[in-house]
Amino acid sequence: MGVKRRAFLIGGAALIGGGLFAVSWSERAATRRAAKQITKDKAGVFQTWIRIAEDDTVTIFSPHVDFGQGSVTGLAQMAADELDAEWSKIVVESAPVMVAFANAPLAKGFGGELLPFSVPPFLNGIVGSAFAMVARNIPLQVTGGSSSIRATGQMGMRVAGAAARNALITTAAKRFSVPESELTTANSRVIHAKSGRALRYGELAAEAADATISGEPKFKDPKDYRLIGRPIPRLDIPGKVNGSAQFGMDVQLPDLRVATIMAAPVRGGKLDGVDPAAALAIKGVEKVIELDNSVAVLAKGYWQALTGLRALSPKFSDGGHGALSSASIAAAQAAKIQTDKPDNKSGHGDVPAALATSGVRLVEAHYAVPFIHHAMMEPFALTAHFKDGKLDLWGGVQDPLHSRQVAAEAANISTDQVTFHPMMMGGAFGRRLPGFCEIIGQVVQIAKQTPYPVKLIWSREEEVKHGCYRPQATANLKAALDKNGRIAGWTTDYAQSEDATREIRFVYDVPAYALRHYKFATNQHDGPWRSVNSNQNGFYSESFMDELALAAAEDPYQFRRKHLHPGSRHLAVLDDVAKRSGWSTPLTTGRGRGMALVESFNSIVAHVIEASVGDDGRPRAHKVWSTVDCGRVVNPDGAAAQIMGGIIMALSSCVDEAITLEKGAVVQSNFHDYRLLKLAEAPDVDVHFLESNASMGGLGEPGVPPTAPALANAIFAATGTRIRQLPFRNQAKA
Amino acid sequence: MGIDVEVNGKSFSIDADPNTPLLWVIREELRLTGTKFGCGIGACGACSVHVDGEITRSCLIPVAAVAGKRITTIEGIAAPNGALHPVQQAWIDVQVPQCGYCQSGQIMAAVALIKKTGLPTPAHIDESMTNICRCGTYPRIRRAILAATGQAAAALQGNS
Repeated sequence: MGVKRRAFLIGGAALIGGGLFAVSWSERAATRRAAKQITKDKAGVFQTWIRIAEDDTVTIFSPHVDFGQGSVTGLAQMAADELDAEWSKIVVESAPVMVAFANAPLAKGFGGELLPFSVPPFLNGIVGSAFAMVARNIPLQVTGGSSSIRATGQMGMRVAGAAARNALITTAAKRFSVPESELTTANSRVIHAKSGRALRYGELAAEAADATISGEPKFKDPKDYRLIGRPIPRLDIPGKVNGSAQFGMDVQLPDLRVATIMAAPVRGGKLDGVDPAAALAIKGVEKVIELDNSVAVLAKGYWQALTGLRALSPKFSDGGHGALSSASIAAAQAAKIQTDKPDNKSGHGDVPAALATSGVRLVEAHYAVPFIHHAMMEPFALTAHFKDGKLDLWGGVQDPLHSRQVAAEAANISTDQVTFHPMMMGGAFGRRLPGFCEIIGQVVQIAKQTPYPVKLIWSREEEVKHGCYRPQATANLKAALDKNGRIAGWTTDYAQSEDATREIRFVYDVPAYALRHYKFATNQHDGPWRSVNSNQNGFYSESFMDELALAAAEDPYQFRRKHLHPGSRHLAVLDDVAKRSGWSTPLTTGRGRGMALVESFNSIVAHVIEASVGDDGRPRAHKVWSTVDCGRVVNPDGAAAQIMGGIIMALSSCVDEAITLEKGAVVQSNFHDYRLLKLAEAPDVDVHFLESNASMGGLGEPGVPPTAPALANAIFAATGTRIRQLPFRNQAKA
Repeated sequence: MGIDVEVNGKSFSIDADPNTPLLWVIREELRLTGTKFGCGIGACGACSVHVDGEITRSCLIPVAAVAGKRITTIEGIAAPNGALHPVQQAWIDVQVPQCGYCQSGQIMAAVALIKKTGLPTPAHIDESMTNICRCGTYPRIRRAILAATGQAAAALQGNS
């Protein structure tokens, strides 16, 4: 936990009043505007994120959007705990979509975690620039990279809460004419026990907001936490059980029109032409709008728009990609690894020497994964309205601030003429990062052609066919086992669009290791899918680890243990999951157990999966045990939910899911041919946290990567079939 | 000329193309947005409502087919005094929703299942709860259905 004093400084003067956390790197005018935005009469504003009203209501402005992670509640817990505020008086609002509310702690968090000049991998495509650019110039308000709690919470919310509490104490000390050291706080009050006096935060707030504090704010001793570490019910759940939660799809405005769209089936293709007559003949259809690579129909409602769109026979070109298929991509990727030099590499030791040492045993395997789709339950829906040269947008995106900028560019107006109204998101998983949200540009173009507000809704078919998929990738893994059955050297050579050499953590203690990337782009958009590149790399490495254990004639658990440092967090996690799952106990015939250990987003996670394969060739996970070390846990119930959700989403993806290409176009179109796991196939999931004092890790993503390899290893244990390609269906027999 | 339907106890006369799916009438005409659009082919269940008490995927059924019928949406299952339906309360107690987008449909499916079976067994739940949840809340949906029907011991199994 490093709190830099400069976070509170403007020109050397320590300041809280209207003092916004982003000030150290954003312009002061923007800061003042932002303060005005969230300050109501007689309320004190503390940092970017906290406002205390006269009636003690504490409003926390979250720069993050909650799409189910529970992070908004977690952030409020962190701020309220350090502030010593009464939980029942806490309200959370979305931070205004303004530069002054950009997420400085997030940028700083990644500054500490990643190499100085790398862009966090989940931001690839948003910023094509060095990290310094991100920190200084790119207004981040992004939710991704499992970062809300560990970056914004640790470096933002706790700081803001503690600083506000310090200012309240300073103010109360003045009013009581007593030293600050005689004052304590509890339940939104500053208390002077000696004299039996107390002041409510609401009575102090307006004055405290202008108080000057010196030095760093004083943080609580973790043993005094009242909210951090407790399973506090999520603030957003009541609205999600009675239909009142408002998602981007739910926007209602006077005179609202609805549009839906079809883009060129082959990505890269253009719209050659369309005869609008068939759509215009449908009652309720108002306009057929031709865009560069797509055609949209504007109507009174969605059904009329969709019926109109389906009546059209647009002609599209294929952009020269008409020969591309999943098979041709796989073959080309494999060839590239064989013949080309890597574009990026990371690792340690002399791998070629290790593999060439006499007496070692070489093991080699070839893995492949297809494109997969995010399949967020809420298809894209974004509403836009042009009026008097200004543009308003309503919708759910993972970075409203950057989305606003994208919209301004598409509209060719200045950013301050654009207002973004963030809405809840029905899932995101990486799909709603602005670099890949073509819907932003589309809705802006459509809105230009109507005086009314227009909600552009993507059909599920559009959603499936024009995703920004987890990359299709191919990997060759090679390792040498020495005469003691220990790994002497290891290489992973993989071909896909994105470099992951700085993202992947290799957890085992081996003398030589190399991860080498062969850049291979296709016509598809691909990018972050919950857990990003740790997803496919976890599958390769942890499946291969079992292959090496087999070659060394060792139990997969014992083999892993031999390659982990005694006393390490990784070993503790592995031992815990082995113990809880009864790793060495007998199993019902036909079932097998598999394990996997992956570190991602600074969290260490191991799963054991007990599985079998049905007569229909479908693998079935019966039970999953998971052990997680993410440092401190802020909300244990929410944390368990994130790991559970990650496991189930990952199981769905590895059993059934694949986006395939034929003639350059996506074959799948909806949930009948892009099948997702349903409740009947969902296993029991048992999650356990080993809390440590290590720096906090994320939780939204790290449950995903160990899932596919643990299931592959369980299938091998149950059937003797080693599956090296996703998805698993129909590859092993019972 | 309009199509008469009763939604959450109120009568409406709908002026729409009779082929319009009930979902879009509920969302765009009646402005009840708790019922969600997910796939448009009846595969995901986000649009689930009750038609004369039967669980129905509203994205497939034309509004003309529900003329004269009683429709209940997520907005209509709480008691008239506003008290939550036991299934809604269980969804809060077990902290089921994540993104929440599919949960209206899940709750409507669970309410219908409980109405039909009284005390649903885990096998009933597996068989009837076919709505998709991408966030992966299924284990908690199971627990919440058991909790809502007083099967507390079973509901407490598992910690996720």
